[in-house]
Amino acid sequence: MFDQLSGRLDGVFKKLTGRGVLSEKDIDAAMREIRIALLEADVALPVIKTLIKKVKEDAVGEKVLKSIKPGEQVVKIVNDKLVEILGEGEGLNLATQPPAVVMMVGLQGSGKTTTTGKIAKRLKEKEKKKVLLASLDIYRPAAQQQLQTLAERTGVDGLEIVEGQKPVEIAKRALKAAKTGGYDVLFLDTAGRLEIDEDLMAELETVKQLVNPVETLLVVDSLTGQVAVNVAKTFHERIGITGNVLTRIDGDGRGGAALSMREMTGCPIKFLGMGEGLGALEVFRPESMANRILGMGDVVSLVEKVQEATSEEDMMGMMEKMLSGQFDLNDMKKQMKMMQRMGSLKGMMKLIPGVSKMAKQLDQANVDDKMVVHQIAIIDSMTKQERKNPSILNAKRRQRIAKGCGLEVSAVNKLIKSHQQMQKMMKKMQSGGMGGLGSMFGGGGGFPPMGR
Amino acid sequence: MALSWFKKLKQGLGKTSEGLSEGFKDIFVRKRLDDDMLEALEETLIAADMGVESALALTENLRQEKFDKDITEQEVRTFFAEKITAKMQPCQQPLNLPSDAKPKVIMMVGVNGSGKTTTIGKLSKQIKDQGHSVMLAAGDTFRAGAVEQLGVWAARNDLPIAKPHKEGADPASVIFKAYEQAKAQNIDYLICDTAGRLQNRKELMDELEKVIRVLKKHDDTAPHATLLVLDATVGQNAHMQTEAFKNVAGVTGLVMTKLDSTAKGGVLVALADKHNLPIHYIGIGEGVEDLRPFDAEGYAHALLGLET
Repeated sequence: MFDQLSGRLDGVFKKLTGRGVLSEKDIDAAMREIRIALLEADVALPVIKTLIKKVKEDAVGEKVLKSIKPGEQVVKIVNDKLVEILGEGEGLNLATQPPAVVMMVGLQGSGKTTTTGKIAKRLKEKEKKKVLLASLDIYRPAAQQQLQTLAERTGVDGLEIVEGQKPVEIAKRALKAAKTGGYDVLFLDTAGRLEIDEDLMAELETVKQLVNPVETLLVVDSLTGQVAVNVAKTFHERIGITGNVLTRIDGDGRGGAALSMREMTGCPIKFLGMGEGLGALEVFRPESMANRILGMGDVVSLVEKVQEATSEEDMMGMMEKMLSGQFDLNDMKKQMKMMQRMGSLKGMMKLIPGVSKMAKQLDQANVDDKMVVHQIAIIDSMTKQERKNPSILNAKRRQRIAKGCGLEVSAVNKLIKSHQQMQKMMKKMQSGGMGGLGSMFGGGGGFPPMGR
Repeated sequence: MALSWFKKLKQGLGKTSEGLSEGFKDIFVRKRLDDDMLEALEETLIAADMGVESALALTENLRQEKFDKDITEQEVRTFFAEKITAKMQPCQQPLNLPSDAKPKVIMMVGVNGSGKTTTIGKLSKQIKDQGHSVMLAAGDTFRAGAVEQLGVWAARNDLPIAKPHKEGADPASVIFKAYEQAKAQNIDYLICDTAGRLQNRKELMDELEKVIRVLKKHDDTAPHATLLVLDATVGQNAHMQTEAFKNVAGVTGLVMTKLDSTAKGGVLVALADKHNLPIHYIGIGEGVEDLRPFDAEGYAHALLGLET
């Protein structure tokens, strides 16, 4: 996601790393490049100025000049300052007498309603909370309907829609329903509004006073330009927010808003919206974000995703099979199912260090979540015997399988080849080669080779 | 009667031009145009989301003509407004569709939350009021509530709407069938909504390509207009959006929504520089009449806080 910014900074530091020692002039040149890169990344000017001042102070210092690799050191300084500005991530604070009320606010189209659904799903599944959703958006056509549908999809309750009620009335009713229904959390999704819209901002104030939310989350589109700062500032001054949510992080927006939000509001970024599915929500981590900005990948998120999608038992069983060299197509299917549970392939690949640099190839390679679906379909079209013992798969059988799953024979061949490659790799592992995470993905063998 | 469109736009861009004027006032305590001043000006333009390149080009113009000369704030504003007007004039084109096509198909595309459905609501009313028959096609089968949202607009404007037979239906099929219905009912304009999609999501862009490919089976000149809807709050990502949607969906023109916010939409200037696409409409408010034809001079003047 921050690929382009990383690319720019890479360019800057390549110039720097080339030489041994940094002069003040070098640093000035680098700072100008960083400034431009950050501006193009939609980071707000005031934030850039603060960042550059801090970086420069450290960079011109003797420490850097005497260091052996000043370029790397400047990268580290920039990285540290990014982390500093991004601030610590925090989870939702629901410590209050239930129902804990969470209010979602923001501009039109920032992604409030979808985010509400995502957070609700998370609370229900991870924290076993009883959640009620209520939409106060009486302005956008079918907005209340949208939240209701999301409630159904996530399996939480939605407040009954009563036509003609005003937001304040709905809020009152929601609060009452949440209290009598014994709900842990009540989400109030509010209408999108411009921060300069007096009437609507006043309405928001009234609702907030009435429901006394424990969290008021400002939802901001990560594609937002320089205005993000004004929006956050005005909402914060007027309504008093407790946290930010950044949406559409899976876009190729340069995401400068992420850098700006905390610095300008002083409020933590609590979640990141990472995709269309209701599971596509991530906790914010400044280190991860800074790492991504600098193109260093994000291993922590990756490990977490893998952990979420797999039980230890599964993992151990799989490892045993792998190590014993008896990894058949049933196991391969199991592995793919695991991958599916982890979410979008593309999103995951971007978390792998170094992969973000080949973002273009990645796009060209057309890594498609459908690919996994196809591969599972191929395996499903095999007989039990074939799955256990792939070596019996002759041309005739392959043709039958291709017909069975509706794919070309070449696809079947590819899959069998991947499986063979994986087996080979596992043998190497046995003899003490690679291990750990890479094996989860069959070292890239689980799906057809990419970018070549 | 509502405010004149210029006044409304200026009110909308008010914060922008206020922002710009503050910048200018700071800058013009001294009157001689030097490097520091140029850099400060450049930053002021960038803060309006104009982007580094366009801002640099503008300040470079100013440098060449006025460097080391005494200059007033008003002169700088006028200078920039003129340059921006000249740049954007070619983009000021009304939405013209081939007269022989029936139905004429307009397709709305863009990222999530940019305002496609709302724009369709307003545009369809305007076209209807010009005496044409209009049908809507609910091609956003993905987002919860999207079909209902367009349905409300159809009811409000008293227009027929073609809906998917079930949630998550193939949008290509929905729009294909909508065309059949429109044709059968002798409709003049078919306006198609599509799901919001981020332009770097290959599978979603493929889906959009398919919608168009399938539609072309009815009429290979369709869609007769493909409008990319951009949110004024968008930053430099607008370039990537324009590029990708142009490639995949053959975007023929732009619409910028939410210019009544404090967002400057200055990226439009940069887009004019780079892509040379017509800018058909801007959205400056909630009302149907607030979807206005784009006017380069008015936009530039409002952006710079000048009177016309």
